[in-house]
Amino acid sequence: MPAREHLLHKIRTALGRSAGQPVPAAPAALLDLPPMDPGERLSRMLERFPGQTFRAAGPAEARDHVAGLIGARRAVASPAPLLEQLGILALPGVQAVSGEPAQVREACAAAEVGITTADYGLADTGALVALAAGTESRLASLLPPVHIAVLPADRILTGLGELFTILPDPGALSSSMVLIGGPSRTADIEQILTLGVHGPRELHLVCLVDQK
Amino acid sequence: MSVAFHRRIHEALLDERLQQAVYAATGRLMEKRRSSVTPELVPDYQQLRTHAHQIKKHTLENLDAYLEQLAAKVEERGGRVVWCRDGGQVHEFFRALAREKQIRLAVKSKSMTAEEIDLNEALQRSGVEPVETDLGEFIIQLAGERPYHLVAPAMHKTRQQVADLFTQKLGVEREEEIGKLTLIARAVLRRKFLEAGLGISGANFLIADSGAVVVVENEGNARLATSAPRIHVAVAGIEKVIPRAADLAVFLNLLGRSATGQPLTSYTSFLSGPRRAGELDGPEEFYLVLLDNGRSRILADREKRQTLYCIRCGACLNICPVYRRIGGYSYPGVYAGPIGAILTPQFLGLAHEPELPFASSLCGACAEVCPVKIDIPKLLLDLRSEVKKAEARGGAQQSGSRPRLEKIGFQIWAWLMGRPRLFEMAGAAARLLLPESGRGWLRFLPGPLKAWTEWRDFPAPPPQSFRQLWRARTSRRPGD
Repeated sequence: MPAREHLLHKIRTALGRSAGQPVPAAPAALLDLPPMDPGERLSRMLERFPGQTFRAAGPAEARDHVAGLIGARRAVASPAPLLEQLGILALPGVQAVSGEPAQVREACAAAEVGITTADYGLADTGALVALAAGTESRLASLLPPVHIAVLPADRILTGLGELFTILPDPGALSSSMVLIGGPSRTADIEQILTLGVHGPRELHLVCLVDQK
Repeated sequence: MSVAFHRRIHEALLDERLQQAVYAATGRLMEKRRSSVTPELVPDYQQLRTHAHQIKKHTLENLDAYLEQLAAKVEERGGRVVWCRDGGQVHEFFRALAREKQIRLAVKSKSMTAEEIDLNEALQRSGVEPVETDLGEFIIQLAGERPYHLVAPAMHKTRQQVADLFTQKLGVEREEEIGKLTLIARAVLRRKFLEAGLGISGANFLIADSGAVVVVENEGNARLATSAPRIHVAVAGIEKVIPRAADLAVFLNLLGRSATGQPLTSYTSFLSGPRRAGELDGPEEFYLVLLDNGRSRILADREKRQTLYCIRCGACLNICPVYRRIGGYSYPGVYAGPIGAILTPQFLGLAHEPELPFASSLCGACAEVCPVKIDIPKLLLDLRSEVKKAEARGGAQQSGSRPRLEKIGFQIWAWLMGRPRLFEMAGAAARLLLPESGRGWLRFLPGPLKAWTEWRDFPAPPPQSFRQLWRARTSRRPGD
């Protein structure tokens, strides 16, 4: 491929390097890994989450809370095993997305509420981590104006440092990992904060606490 | 100074509404940054900056190897890498793609790199309607303008101006309420997202060992542009690469705080390749366009190479006393502010706007806030020196007697500074001759000094010189 070789050659000439020359070790990554017990992780996550939170002590509580949030609205949900187990996929008005990407897109665009799981939570910022999968849609957390995320409490990490320790290469698992640090927001007109510009204006976290 | 540069600056200075809007907006952003990097919130802030600087330095020093690693990984994960020397090659890639895939409509999320190569105009020429989807970018696209600021592209527009634009260009009923204006944009753009055959994004970071593109945003438009259409193309400068995902722990922390005072923005997308088999949604095809466009030339200069460390947070614009007055449109090229003042001359050549590196007070505020510790004032001085050397060599493009006069002026100054007695006498003479000595400001100076007072006042000499005060003080308190 001539364009590639041309560009690499220019760069090597600029740097005084030759093709295949080994790279000295990169400075070690700076990862903040504060020790934190599960109780503190949970309380920080709930305190810092940039939306409304609910601590569910069991499946029934989680399901009932989600049902209350949906109300009479049309909802889509990712076909995640956890949502299935909690009975959320069977709630009235909830459609589990499936099929080709175009169908998933249409279903999500038509819904008023999107329900997904979160793979992880980050206690230091209250952010969610969502990886796309066969059971997790990218668009279910994005197109509907309301997003409800279900997160098992034992999936709460201290922050990005721990996330990248567990997942040094998120691309190995999924084509898409999204960190959700708040609702869709803009301040592009006169720097006045407005929510829900393209994605959800409302964020809900249902944190599932294991009662062992 | 070129006539156009001069004229743009003075237009901005005379526009009172613009002055207020830009000063207030940059002030708010500056305050958000300041209050988010306090020692209480980020005790190791300085260490993070140094670390980010080291990572960028290391990656750029070995850029060829990291780009090869990146490209191999992108391709392993089903994406394709397009290597482009300049904007023309990027345009050609999109033209061929649009024809092959029958693309009519493209949704774009904010990309300064795309601005740099006039991608929208090229797409239009290829029969593709490009739609900017970041609210600020959407507004300035409707207005036919360029981004005013790296992170707040429509900073200079009032809600009334946006209302006018929406009424004229979108044919909607007039609304001045910001919430309602936002809803109008949401509805218009939502249709575009669902119809578009192509989504174009920039990249804040490229991750070499994962073959990933990282896009940082608040609105969700980048997530939509990279997830809804059938094809996603990311356009990125070659300098955006960092070695590992783990390096994001530092860079995301610095970027969000420096740009908008957020420890983490609403959305950070980590995208590697197209939708995998079995995944529910996502693009079927993914292309990464790697753009040189002058970057490899900058790389060759060891000192100025650090220009490429920039992560486009905009902090240096917000704090710059010059940017805050002359605004984003005074600067030639698409990059404004202190970073633009060092980047643009290196991209376009110093002859393009030789006065640009001089449009700075060298106060150093930009270097103090830069999250990756680019020594902007130092680079401005280096560029100034290059301009002066070029003038001395040829001097043809610099008109008239100014350089010679300047040279004589500095020779007299140097001669005087070397003679303390004479210097003091000159100071005393100035105090005698200048009528308003002792207080206030001089509105007019004679002769060649007029150039200073044409647009600003000069501080009047104080009643007593520093040397006089010093002598008085040391004789009063001999023990101190």
